[in-house]
This record gives sequence, C-alpha cells and structure tokens, in this order.
Amino acid sequence: MNQKNLVLISAILLVLAFIVGAFVYRGQKADAAGQAYQRDKSTYVRPYSPSHGNPAAKVEIVEFFDPACDTCKEFYPMVRDLMAKYPDKVRLYARYTPFHPGSDTVLKMLAAAGKQGRFWETLEAVFAAQSSWAPNHQPRPELVWNHIGGVGLDLARLRSDMELPEIANMIQQDLADAKKLNVKATPEFFVNGKPLPTWGYEQLRTLVEDEVKSAY
Amino acid sequence: MNSAVRAQDSLSWTLVFVCWLLATVAMLGSLFFSEVMGYAPCILCWYQRICMYPLVLVLPVALLPFDRNIVRSVIPLTVVGTLVAGFHTLLIGGYIPEDMKPCTQGVPCTELHINWFGFVTIPLLSALAFVLITALLILAHRRSSP
Repeated sequence: MNQKNLVLISAILLVLAFIVGAFVYRGQKADAAGQAYQRDKSTYVRPYSPSHGNPAAKVEIVEFFDPACDTCKEFYPMVRDLMAKYPDKVRLYARYTPFHPGSDTVLKMLAAAGKQGRFWETLEAVFAAQSSWAPNHQPRPELVWNHIGGVGLDLARLRSDMELPEIANMIQQDLADAKKLNVKATPEFFVNGKPLPTWGYEQLRTLVEDEVKSAY
Repeated sequence: MNSAVRAQDSLSWTLVFVCWLLATVAMLGSLFFSEVMGYAPCILCWYQRICMYPLVLVLPVALLPFDRNIVRSVIPLTVVGTLVAGFHTLLIGGYIPEDMKPCTQGVPCTELHINWFGFVTIPLLSALAFVLITALLILAHRRSSP
C-alpha cells in the first residue's frame, strides 16, 4: 500500500469508527432513557403538567416549550397534526421553559389558565399573537392581556392566581427538570423518555412512529 | 547512501504518520465527548483543541510528499498544548488549589466527566497525546535527512 492510500484509508476508517460509535452510543442511550422513563416519569412529567390526548395513550410526548419561542409556535400545529394521525394513541405533555426574559410571566398566565381548564386554548391564543407581544424575541408580557380576551377566561381570577406561590413553584420545578434532562433549547421533545437523535420535525415524526409501532 | 537516506526518511514518515493518527484520534475523541455525549468543553479544553485540531489538517500536507520542516512549524502548537493539558491534569487531580483555576464562569475546568481505572481523565488523555506527539515529532526531525 502506498503512503497516499494509507493516509486516505486511515482517515476514512477513523471517521467511520466515529460515526458508528456515535450511532451505537445514541441508540444505547435512547434505550436506557426509555427504560428509565417506564420506571420513573417524575422528571419528565409532573402531576400539574398540562396534557392533551387520551389519558390511556401508550405513547407520551413531553414538550419543553417557551411561549416566546417562535420555533415552538411553528411546531405546535405540526405536533397536533402528528397526534391527529394516531388518534387516542399519543398524549402530549407541556413543560414550562422560560428561556426568554419575561417568558416566566407569560408561563404564569398559562399555568393560571390551566387552573380554569383552559391551558391549551390560552396557549393557542398566546402563540397566535406571538409576533405582537414578543417582537424580535423581546417579550413584553403585559401585552399578552390584549390577546387572551376571547378564550373565555375569568381574567380577574387569572390575575390573582398567577401570583400564587404554587404557580411560581411549578415553573421553578420545570426549569430544574429541564436542567436535569439537559434541555438547552426549545422546543425539546421526549417521546416515552427518548430524546430526539438530532433536533428536527422529521426526527420527531420518526420517533413517534417507531414508538406507536412498538407500543401497539 | 541514497537508499540509507530513503530508509531514514521512511522511518520519519511513519513517525509523523503516527502523530497524525494520534491527533486525529484525539480530535474525534474530544468531538465524541462534546457532540455525542454532550459534555460541554471548558475553556482549558478549548485551548487544547486549538493546539490539537490544526495538526489533523496540517500533518497530512507534510506526509504527501514528506516534508521534515513541518516539525518546526507544529512544535509550538504541541508544546503549548502539552503545557495547557499538563496544567489541566494537575488542576483536575487537585494538585493545584481551586483558587488558582483561571475559569470561574461557564463550565468549571475541574468538572470530572470520565474517570477510568480511578486516574484516567480527559485532560490526562490529552496530555499523553500531546507528549507523545511532541516526542515523536522531535524524533522524526532528528532521524530525517535535512
């Protein structure tokens, strides 16, 4: 073998070893995460976490989201479509992740709306008006009030509820769980405890498909 | 004489080739730790990467065809890398007191991600790679014909 080929083949082998290693490592880690999730879901889902879908669904998507995150807004209808593809088989949980300054106030509103049973309706209104109250990633939570009038909330009660310590505690707990699960950006998804192999909608769709296939 | 020179240069070529293999394994290993396993590199890790990654790209240029002068060019990188990796190894081993560590914000340089057999840490692997590469490069330079 001449020197040129030796260098070339070594480079290819080393890069291949890296790719195979990464693939194997991620696969093992996802399986371990899936098993850990079945044993104990507490870091992924809290009793207060808003959920949508059949409570008996065997595939659970946990989404860490920030109301001011435009990608979260873009993903929301896509996640809903994905759930509609598998009626009664997929359940969605939302976790509060205030990564933008000011998002915590909006999350308090959403959590307080949850106390009135209108978390998802309020979230949809907040997302729909996102460009008005959070232009250029600069959330101005006080503007959100202008956009949630049509949801059917008791706004006076919402105002007092959102100051409750239990609401602040939920957001603190979710942030702590996000840190524990190494969530550094939103939206971040876990499907039955498994993280996306790499970030992206296609990856989420594939992961949900695989989980539905193996659960049903 | 001519064939003796060629044999010497062939040994030097192999030594530099081994250095390139070591550097590439070190680079891919560090990328595996950060990109696949998700360990955030601390500031000292970045300085070591700055000294290691160029070797992966530059050494092959000197292998095809062989150019002994590359050793003069890359020795500054490997020496600085050795010093930083040595410092980092002592820091993580607790031989240098906490208050001397240069990074207090971001990822602490004393964070222990791996500990194989009770003493093998990532900075120790890095220091070993830098020392080996430096030694082999010097040997390659001495053994090759000017």
